[in-house]
Parts: sequence; C-alpha cells; structure tokens
Amino acid sequence: MLNYTLRRLMFTIPTLLLISFIIFIILDMAPNDPTGNLPLTIPPEVREKIRASLGLDSPMYIRYLLWCQQFFINEPLNLFNQWFGWCVGDCEGRLRVTSWATRSPVVDLIAERMPQTLWVVGMSYVVGILIAVPIGVISAYKQYSWFDQIGTLISMIGFSVPTFFTGVLLIVIFSVWMPNDSVFWLPSIYDTTLKVVDWSSFVQQMRQMAMPVMVLALFNAAQISRYMRASMLDNLSQDYVRTARAKGLKEKSVLLVHVLRNSMIPVVTVIALGIPQVFGGAIITEQIFKVNGLGQLLIIGIQGADIPLVQTLTFLFAVLIVLFNLVADILYGFLDPRIRYE
Amino acid sequence: MLDENKPRKKPLVQVKNLKMHFPIYRGILKRQVGAIKAVDGISFDIFEGETLGLVGESGCGKSTVGRCVLRLYEVTDGSIDINGTDIATLSGVELRAKRPEMQMIFQDPQASLNPRMTVGSIISEPLDEHMIMTRDEKRERVGELMDAVGLARRFADRYPHEFSGGQRQRIGIARALALNPKFIVCDEPIAALDVSIQAQVVNLLEDLQQKFGLTYLFISHDLSMVRHLATRVAVMYLGRLVELGDAETLYMTPRHPYTQALLSAVPHPDPAQAGNIERIILKGDVPSPANPPPGCTFSTRCPRAQAKCKQDSPKWREIGEGHFAACHFIE
Repeated sequence: MLNYTLRRLMFTIPTLLLISFIIFIILDMAPNDPTGNLPLTIPPEVREKIRASLGLDSPMYIRYLLWCQQFFINEPLNLFNQWFGWCVGDCEGRLRVTSWATRSPVVDLIAERMPQTLWVVGMSYVVGILIAVPIGVISAYKQYSWFDQIGTLISMIGFSVPTFFTGVLLIVIFSVWMPNDSVFWLPSIYDTTLKVVDWSSFVQQMRQMAMPVMVLALFNAAQISRYMRASMLDNLSQDYVRTARAKGLKEKSVLLVHVLRNSMIPVVTVIALGIPQVFGGAIITEQIFKVNGLGQLLIIGIQGADIPLVQTLTFLFAVLIVLFNLVADILYGFLDPRIRYE
Repeated sequence: MLDENKPRKKPLVQVKNLKMHFPIYRGILKRQVGAIKAVDGISFDIFEGETLGLVGESGCGKSTVGRCVLRLYEVTDGSIDINGTDIATLSGVELRAKRPEMQMIFQDPQASLNPRMTVGSIISEPLDEHMIMTRDEKRERVGELMDAVGLARRFADRYPHEFSGGQRQRIGIARALALNPKFIVCDEPIAALDVSIQAQVVNLLEDLQQKFGLTYLFISHDLSMVRHLATRVAVMYLGRLVELGDAETLYMTPRHPYTQALLSAVPHPDPAQAGNIERIILKGDVPSPANPPPGCTFSTRCPRAQAKCKQDSPKWREIGEGHFAACHFIE
C-alpha cells in the first residue's frame, strides 16, 4: 500500500505540472485586460506601460516559467521562513506570486480567506453528511414508505433548486419576515471581523453561519443521501445479508454492521471526492451571504483579470482534486479487502 | 413382535400445510393483482438424524421451502414445528433465541459471505450474538470448527475472496455449525461447485452428520447426489409435493408420473446401457405459479392425464409404508 501511494504521488508531479500549464494557457488566451477596470481617461501608452510593469510584455512561456519559479520555489521557501525562521537564500527580496489588483502576495490572501470558507462550507459538508447517512439508511430499509417518499422529495428539491434561490428564500424568511427581536431572526450578512471569545460571541457566530450552512447542507445532503440509499438497497438484497439473518443476529447488527459497513464503501469515495469542493468554496452561496471566503476571492480575481490570483487559486483546487482522488483510492483499499494495490 | 409396537422415530421437524405466496403489485396505485404461489400447501416430517432430500426442477419452489422452514420468509400460512416449537408464529426475539438450533448452508458460497469480514469473524459472529465466551474461548471454538470442516486454522484472518469455491463452502458450513445446531437446511450447497469438489463437500456433510447427529433438509436438483445422501426423498412440482418416500423405494419404483419422468432423465453411468433407457419426455412448459392450472397442477403435462385431473386436485395420501403421493391413478 505504501509503495502504491508513493508511486501515485510520483505520478501526480507531472500531472500537476501539465495542469498548471493548461490553466496558464487558458488564462492567457482569455480576452480580458488587467487595465480594463481603470478609468477611461488613462491614455493608451500609459496603459501599455502598466501592462509592461506587470510583465505582460514578455512571451507566454517566460511568464509561465516565472510563475513556476515563484510558486514552486519561492513560496515554499517563504513558508519555511515564516513557520520555522529558516532563511535560505535571499529572504527579503525574493519574488512571490503577487496579486495584480491588491499588490499583496496571493498566498497571504488565500490564508486570510481560508478560515471562513472552511468554517462555513466545511461545516455545511459535515452537517450534510450527518443528515444524509441516516436518511439514506432509513429510506433504503423502508423502501417506498412515507419516510422514503418524503426523503426522495426533499432530495429532489435539494438537487434541482439552485442555491441562489434557496439562499435568497432563507434570507427573506429569517432576515426579512422574521421580526428583529425574535430568537429565530438570523443575520443575512456574514461578519468576518467577529472574534469568538465568549459564549455570546459564539452564539452570534453560530447564528451568522446558520443560513449559509443550511443552504449548502441541503444541497450536499441531497446528493449523498441518494448515494447512500442506492448503495444500501444494493447491499440489502445480497445473499450475505440473508446469512447474517440466519445466524440469528439482531436486526440492528444486520443493518449497521453488515449492510451499512459494506454500503459505506462507495459513499466514502463520493464524500472524499467532494472535499476539494469544500476548499473551493461555494462561490454563489458565499456571494449571497457576503462570506469573504475563497469562492468570493476567485470571483473578484476573475472580474479584475487578476491572472496570478486566478492561476494560483485554480491550481490549488487542481492539487486538492488530484490529492483527494488519491485519498479516495487509498480509502477504498482500506475499506474493501478485495481491493489490493500492489 | 415387540418391534411392531415400537413407535416410529421422533420427528424433529413437522411442516403442516405450508404456504408461501408472494404478492404481485401492478399499476400506478400498486394494487395487489395476484400472487406467485411459490409454495402452496405442503406437509412433511423430518425425523431426527435423517436426511430428507427435496428435489424438483428449477423454479418449483424448493429453495423457498428451505427458507420458509427456517422462517427467513414470513410464511403466508401453515405451521412449522421444530423440536416442539411452532416457529411460524414466533415473535422476533423468540425466533432469534431459536436460531442456534436451526441453521442453513447457502447455495452461493461467494455471495453468502460478507466480503468485508475475515473468515474468523464470519464464523465467530454467531458466538458473539448467542453465547457468552471469552476471546480465547471463541478463538479456540473457531479453530475447532475450522478443523472440523477441513480448513487450516491459519486461514482465520483471511477474507472470503481469497479462497476457492469449495473452501468457501466449507467456511459456510463451519459458520452454520458454530452454534451446535440440530437441524440444517442445505440449500443446493453443491450446485455452485465443480464435480470433484462436490464429492468432497457431500462427504464432509455426511461425516459431520454422523459426528454431530445432525438432521438435514437437503435441497438439490442433482438426483444422483440426493440418492447417495438422502434417507428419504420428497419430489416437488410447481409449489406442491407430488411424492415422498424412502430414497431406495422411490428411486427403484417411482409411482407418480412426474417422479417417473424426472428419474428417467438421470444419465446412465454406462454408455452401452444408456441407449436402452426409455426416457419419458414431458411436453410443454411448467405453468406459471401465479396462475397454476385447476385440479392437478401436473395435468397439463402428464402423459396419463384424464378429464378428472383437470377438475379435482388429487389428495396427498399414503400409498405404501411411509410412501406418500398425490395422484388419482395410484392404487
């Protein structure tokens, strides 16, 4: 298993380099202009100088190699410097990947935004899983019962109604219609400056997370509960379940030990493959609730043609997707003894 | 003579008028429009220590009978008396308490073992559930069981997919034996194995029967194997028993026309003799169990059928010493 993992990790290096190059080409071909948002009174020759100062006058492959050097060499060295105080080479004057719009290092921007995204989107994923697994199990065990029918209906709603609709709907219900002094009133704008120091600020944090988490949890739970139900149904009709009953096991053991454990194999894979999306942030939901997370950062970057920012963010998402694919494969090997990686 | 007054051997299992109908639902509202009569009113006894063979063609309801007898299905009607308790009406908890006495060996040794459990945990799981034992006692018991079925003890930590078909069936047998059952339903235990392995497994089943005093209900479509193994044989057609008797008597002098046709299909081991056997070829297909023909269910294919057969259902009656059949024309 270790050999397999190491070999797969080795293969990810050329894969990721190729991905980064493709992202770079696509962004380079995009017809956007980093000076496009500047006032129209700026004369064209000044614009040209601004573009030259961003390095846009050099050929594409030079810019790509520069980005590679900044991202793969300078940024990790800088991280070491910040974490452990080790200084290798020129610590002060080292060129980092810098956002064109804000002139601050992209990695710092991402580090600032990460906690909000992980809290809100990550929590919604956890809540979604916690809702989805029991719903899937009960729906499958009592197939076509009223519980199953309602579960199916809610899943269909979660699947088909977009988050920009459910998000706005929740805002209308909990922030607009609900009186301000009610306990059920929830803030529609996420306050990033809030620091959790005591109980009341914790409650406030929970309240401002509630709506974005609900919106995303509904969407995640809809998907995962369908996988869970299908996988359970598949396993419930297997012969080994009859064997378990013939052994005289309690129905609870039959269901939770035999059927659920086997049904979790594909579901765990789906969950693992969904985790990069958590880091990616839910672009639309973050926008609706003004959560300044990674999704919002990406949107701002795209709007301002901030190519280093978009390039780096997109590449980091690619890294996560490749890594979690590997994680899913390895988990599969652990969960299913029939699969061996040699 | 004193022997004549001696009561017959005690029946361990008494099945009376067993019915298993699977409902058919149709249409938008899923209304019940009929039922598949997989088992339609059969009765038989199984005596302690014997093997009752249950034969019949595919789809006649043999496996359903086996599963009903252990109440792996909720039976539609009838009573199943095992060792003095009618298990057809037991509640969930009482039924589970009864499970150690009755066990089953399944047809497909691959699918019937949980792929995510090691052999050791598959065999010891019934012990966790029904007995209070320490870890060491359990390990020892698993070892004993693996010895009894001829598996090396060091295989306990392996997974089912790492074994051959015959070995997997041995795991299934060890699992069934774990709780010292009295009665085991063998549901086509050899059908998924190749011929050389079949013989090993059948011999193992015979050895275990002698060693532990087991009673078997042996379900199979392999007539020669049933003849070899069974004390008595029951023949099933379309959800009903047509004939039941001592294995030798039944094979030598089958009385029911269906049994005669079935036995005439057994290949002869000597090719020189094989041409001399007169085969009874049945015409037509087995009718649907959802809509069985009126009267005798075999009347649509029976070479001896007459008008009476299409109207009256023949009675299940004793036609000789412990020999039962259901046909109007047996004297």
